[in-house]
Amino acid sequence: MEILDYAFMQRALLAAVLVGITAPAVGIYLVQRRQALMGDGIGHVAMTGVGLGFLLTWSPVWMATLVSVLGAVFMELVRWYAKTRGDIALAMLFYGGMAGGVMFINLAPGGSTTNLSSFLFGSLSTVSESDVTAICLLAAFVMLVTVGLRRQLFAVSQDEEFARVTGLPVRFLNLLTAITAAVTVSVAMRVVGLLLVSALMVVPVAAAQQLTRSFAATFAIAVAIGVSVTIGGTVTSYYQDVPPGATIVLLTIGAFIALTALAAPLARRRARALAAAQPGGDPAECAIPVSRKAGDEVGA
Amino acid sequence: MSTEPVISLSGVRAELGSRPVLRGIDLTVRRGEVVALLGANGSGKSTAVRSVIGQVPVSAGEIELFGTPQRRFRDWARVGYVPQRTTAAGGVPATVTEVVSSGRLARTRFGVFRKADREAVRQALDLVGMAGRARDSVDALSGGQHQRVLIARALAAAPELLIMDEPMAGVDLASQEVLAETLRHQVSEGATVLLVLHELGPLEPLIDRAVVLRDGCVAHDGPPPKAVGQHALPGHDHVHPHAPAGAEPMRTGLLS
Repeated sequence: MEILDYAFMQRALLAAVLVGITAPAVGIYLVQRRQALMGDGIGHVAMTGVGLGFLLTWSPVWMATLVSVLGAVFMELVRWYAKTRGDIALAMLFYGGMAGGVMFINLAPGGSTTNLSSFLFGSLSTVSESDVTAICLLAAFVMLVTVGLRRQLFAVSQDEEFARVTGLPVRFLNLLTAITAAVTVSVAMRVVGLLLVSALMVVPVAAAQQLTRSFAATFAIAVAIGVSVTIGGTVTSYYQDVPPGATIVLLTIGAFIALTALAAPLARRRARALAAAQPGGDPAECAIPVSRKAGDEVGA
Repeated sequence: MSTEPVISLSGVRAELGSRPVLRGIDLTVRRGEVVALLGANGSGKSTAVRSVIGQVPVSAGEIELFGTPQRRFRDWARVGYVPQRTTAAGGVPATVTEVVSSGRLARTRFGVFRKADREAVRQALDLVGMAGRARDSVDALSGGQHQRVLIARALAAAPELLIMDEPMAGVDLASQEVLAETLRHQVSEGATVLLVLHELGPLEPLIDRAVVLRDGCVAHDGPPPKAVGQHALPGHDHVHPHAPAGAEPMRTGLLS
């Protein structure tokens, strides 16, 4: 495999695998709590971090992590305290984040918006040694949280009120989810880019659900899809000289469409199997009690 | 022992926005009692139970759980809560076992499940007659079956106190009977129960005391009121079957 002879491709592929694992692993909780677009918002906020990184000549990856974590914490606080005007506050945060990114990068010495585009849409050749170190550390944190606390995060994302009554630290877990999503955005931004990160959090989960009945299976299949498309997209991008982020996202959507087409006959077969397993079904469910019918006739 | 209060509310007031919903409620539930909270829509009965579990901020009054002020109460494994069915729906498929397992978390250390925890989940499913559907997706269940799953989730932690918000709403007759039987079993094991009900219905024989709320005040506290009017007609079981399974809109998870 000549593709592995190049150090930059080794780095890019390693980063791609980690993105493929972490993005759906966080995304599944966001989808579960119906905040599928949160990753997109964090991606916008992270732009300010990238801009600040250029301006202060710090690592854009670490700076983006810092700013997007602050943004995610702010979003959680808005969710707690602002009941009605929350969406306006979030809109300002997202667009402010984007505008801040463009502004800071233009103020940076020798910087222009062209520097930003590799962060917006992903770029393989720019994944540096230090980026890989950062991505590995951040990905380890994301996996630790999303796998280690899966039961707690599942409970909170499934039914927040019930989770509070079982004594789970719901605020802490919500905050942790938001922070983990923000960290994932930084992990993914080098490969898929800030504007496309959210697709990799949401679409593999949506694709996996076409086939699954359980959360555990959805998690596993979403991660499998994530890793397949990030590796496939990275390799395609290398050979065909097309942008990696766009390739990965289009592949993911392709997987979604393919699995959706597969799901319909599978569901039919499952229904048939279920009907065969329970002859006669569950007659009690539909029965109208005789006494009630009599009562209705009296009323009429 | 039998007079020890498990839930005690005194002078509890709560507002939603600026509208007073509870206007000074006193309510005591003693160990082993089954108390029904009745009242018309908007009378404050749901707000009252949700204030007990700390989900509604209280502007005045005292709430105690097991003799501890609710603010400092941490022993939530002793409380099993069954919310109104509408609150529990995630955007990702989940099996019956997965949902019921989240009710067991309170009894685990850092969410690590041992054999006994898995066994408790299985037993809870057995109690509500849903063990056969353990591996099915909760989305595939009828309203009544879903309600049974939520009750199993509350029972998985083996609570001493069960708090249920409208457990019979939109539940088919077969499930109503299973629920009544489950509740009877819990009561015989010594559980204390507080439930919000629209009417007494098939649970009537189990209920020791009824508290009726009207406009955020206690209007009656004593033996369950006798059904009157059309509700008292023989054979009137007042099922509300108008929540068909699959009425939920299609969810793709693409929009939050």
